Amino acid sequence: MSDTARDRILERLRNAPRQEAPRPDAPASTAADPDRGARVGRLKSLLEAMRTEVHVLPAAEWIPRLREVLQARAIKTLLYAPETGLGAALAEARQQDAAGLPELVAYSETVESFKERIFAVDAAVTTAAGAVADTGALILRPTRAEPRLMSLVPPVHIAVLAAEAIHPSLSEAMQDGRWSADMPTNLLLISGPSKTADIELTLAFGVHGPKELIVFILDD
Amino acid sequence: MTPEFAKPSNVYFFGTCLIDAFYPDAGLAAIRLIEREGVRVVFPPGQSCCGQPAYNSGFPDEARAVARRQIQVFGRDIPVVVPSGSCAAMMKHHYPVLFAGADDLAQARAFAARVFEWSEFMTRVLGVRYEDRGRPIRVTWHSSCHALREMKVIEHSKQLLRQLGNVELAELTNESECCGFGGTFSIKHPALSGALVNDKVDDIQATGAARVIAGDCGCLMNIAGAAQLRGWPFQAQHLAEFIWERIHGE
Amino acid sequence: MANEPFENNVDRALADAQLRKNFAFAMGNFILKRRAVFSDAEQTERLRTIGHAIKQRALSRLPELLEQLEAACTRNGIRVHWAETTAVGNRIVLEIIESHAAARVVKGKSMVSEEMHLNAFLANHGIEAIETDLGEFIIQLNGETPSHIIVPAIHKNKAQIAQIFHEKVAGAPYTEEVAELNAIARNTLRRKFYEAGIGLSGVNFAVAETGTLCLVENEGNGRMCTTVPPVHIAVMGLEKVVERLEDLPPLLRLLTGSATGQLVTTYVNLITSPRREGEKDGPQEVHLVILDNGRSRIYQDPQLRQTLQCVRCGTCLNHCPVYTRIGGHAYGFVYPGPIGKILTPQVEGLEKAGTLAFASSLCGACEEVCPVKIPIPALLRRLRDESYSSAPESSVPGRGCKQNWAERLAWKGWAFLNTHPRLNRLTTALLGLVGDYLPPAGPLERWMRYRSEPKFAPRSLHRRIREEGIADE
Repeated sequence: MSDTARDRILERLRNAPRQEAPRPDAPASTAADPDRGARVGRLKSLLEAMRTEVHVLPAAEWIPRLREVLQARAIKTLLYAPETGLGAALAEARQQDAAGLPELVAYSETVESFKERIFAVDAAVTTAAGAVADTGALILRPTRAEPRLMSLVPPVHIAVLAAEAIHPSLSEAMQDGRWSADMPTNLLLISGPSKTADIELTLAFGVHGPKELIVFILDD
Repeated sequence: MTPEFAKPSNVYFFGTCLIDAFYPDAGLAAIRLIEREGVRVVFPPGQSCCGQPAYNSGFPDEARAVARRQIQVFGRDIPVVVPSGSCAAMMKHHYPVLFAGADDLAQARAFAARVFEWSEFMTRVLGVRYEDRGRPIRVTWHSSCHALREMKVIEHSKQLLRQLGNVELAELTNESECCGFGGTFSIKHPALSGALVNDKVDDIQATGAARVIAGDCGCLMNIAGAAQLRGWPFQAQHLAEFIWERIHGE
Repeated sequence: MANEPFENNVDRALADAQLRKNFAFAMGNFILKRRAVFSDAEQTERLRTIGHAIKQRALSRLPELLEQLEAACTRNGIRVHWAETTAVGNRIVLEIIESHAAARVVKGKSMVSEEMHLNAFLANHGIEAIETDLGEFIIQLNGETPSHIIVPAIHKNKAQIAQIFHEKVAGAPYTEEVAELNAIARNTLRRKFYEAGIGLSGVNFAVAETGTLCLVENEGNGRMCTTVPPVHIAVMGLEKVVERLEDLPPLLRLLTGSATGQLVTTYVNLITSPRREGEKDGPQEVHLVILDNGRSRIYQDPQLRQTLQCVRCGTCLNHCPVYTRIGGHAYGFVYPGPIGKILTPQVEGLEKAGTLAFASSLCGACEEVCPVKIPIPALLRRLRDESYSSAPESSVPGRGCKQNWAERLAWKGWAFLNTHPRLNRLTTALLGLVGDYLPPAGPLERWMRYRSEPKFAPRSLHRRIREEGIADE
């Protein structure tokens, strides 16, 4: 008899009668939305059904639209990731013309010294690494430059997605992106703002995570 | 509708213990309707119960003894027609489980393969057509659990009902929800069973139907008993008996 | 209510009109939502077949997968702990908390932590565990346990929740506006997330291939608990492990569709390691506690093993005619509904919880919707057999506890009658004559509590058949 809980548990499991079970069939490829336009359309409508604001536009137009979006909400501080391409473009745009763009707060320190700031900002803007069309979800892969809390703590989360990164299904996203070979610390699927139906199944948004999700799909 | 099988010249009829003791008219009607299509019905007098009460109560040995008796009594290789989704499911789907590891598993399987629920037999094998001679009536339908989920014959039952031109079918809000009978469940957990059947009775009452029709006498006995205790006026009737009445203009 | 007989709990629940209304409404709603998202029957059936195969495959390789999971997690920097019992599991969690001198834990929803009665254990050791899922938060305020495994406060309506918040949350006004109630919870808990030294969560699926913990949720409190505090402790039953990352997409579809009728939850959170070098946030330590608590014993039996396929979606509760009438508390144990009826007696023993296996009409609604096709009615029947020691040798605790000569004799008599046709016909004939004068006692009395007296036919079918000359061979 082994003397650790681990060994005892595993031994009991190993001594149980074996039952063979074949590896299951891979789920059939949905292939419902073969072309990019259809994928963009499906993602947009599913996200919108979950009370997400979706803007589909050419890459050159997203920052001007962002100015409008932020202004309409009177956003005063925007958390951003200066080391990303998106962050750099944003900083540059603000330098050229600050109109409509609020104070940019760079996520430049570790959370231990930065927590207060993160919990105080009005909004954050991040990249979406991809998306899944059939169920309507963004794929986020937080990085050193673009840490995890950006898409969670601020009341407004703005995500920027390239239309070509929309996969028909999650299975395809995993296969195409070879996820199993290289999982990041944290990988997320996000399909809308935070919500709950715990009170009489009444749907309400913005319970713990962001109250608003705004998605820019860059489609040239 | 076109039958899916060749019409046999003889069939067995398994009357079920509840029909034997409480609803012989339903059993007779089911038999007469088969005979009406030119098929000879054989009713072996040695038959009793499918064994389900013991099978569901933790007494598989006793269930097997009773089941074995039925398999012997219905020995010829002809269809066994059962006017109950629950008893039919026991014989068709559970006998092979009950006899797993027993010497006579092969016989149990062969027997199971011959079992038909009554409405299934009338539609899939006989392809019956009925002319309704009754006065207009509003009825509702209760889907018994095992007819629905194990025998999967509700569509067949409803097909028969829909052939009756003067019958208006008012659907229940929770048609496929259990009536709470469950055999010994109704005795072991009377309060739960009672809550279920009272809700079923309310659902039926709300349709304004004069009768509730079903394919299982266990459900009917349960529903009728609860309705009667509460003074609701609707009747509960087996599908076969109802059809028999309708085509005779009663 | 765990100390009271099940029948008493049932009577109390059935007499509570508000409770019955709350459950009837919510469960009816869940049924419609599930039906809407699984509207294509054929596709749903294919998906369920895949879900079943994935879980069967995972169980067939359970010891290997657990080792693989442990190795992958360890490689990723997640510390793995094993607990044979809930007591040991609690002790492990406590030691981690104490090693960080933390006084407060924020918790995401976890049924395994309920199974461990972790909150009470931590409270006894001076540590405050704060439930942050809205439903869990509500019932924790009110000192209750979950009544449903997905929507724990579903037994309460708006007005009742308004009253709880007004009484238990400092400064909260009385309001029945759901948005305002949410805001109260948000404001109260934001501070807690900010301050907590430890976050605790459950696990929906653990992927052996990559050492990834998958958590699904809608509120974001789960992400808060697993991301903000410097330490994250995840607790899981050992059956949660799956083979590959690619097993997740169908399982997620099945889980969220079955649980809440959603295509996808707001958040699917895949955690593969603690904060890595150079990363700015996320916990510096991640611990995974793998709990056995009877599961390896359940695993010994090839039939009962199917219990371990469960993904805890709760759809069997929603579709169960018994659950929808009495709610979760009446069951007296952590896991209610059909899944509770097969799981609890196997974990707690048949003496303590065996009654649950009999409290079902075997209607089969649960099996019909189970996303991983657990044959719940067959397992209920098996536990009934076990209660009378009628099944072959097994390791189910409390086996044979219901054995008694009276019942055995009654069933022997029943079998004798039903295998001796003449005697049987004579008995039926006799009942036809005098059945209506039977004294309403025993089973008949219980039947007649809710129904009029059954009327025996004066002449049985057997007799009518003879009279009418129907063929007998």
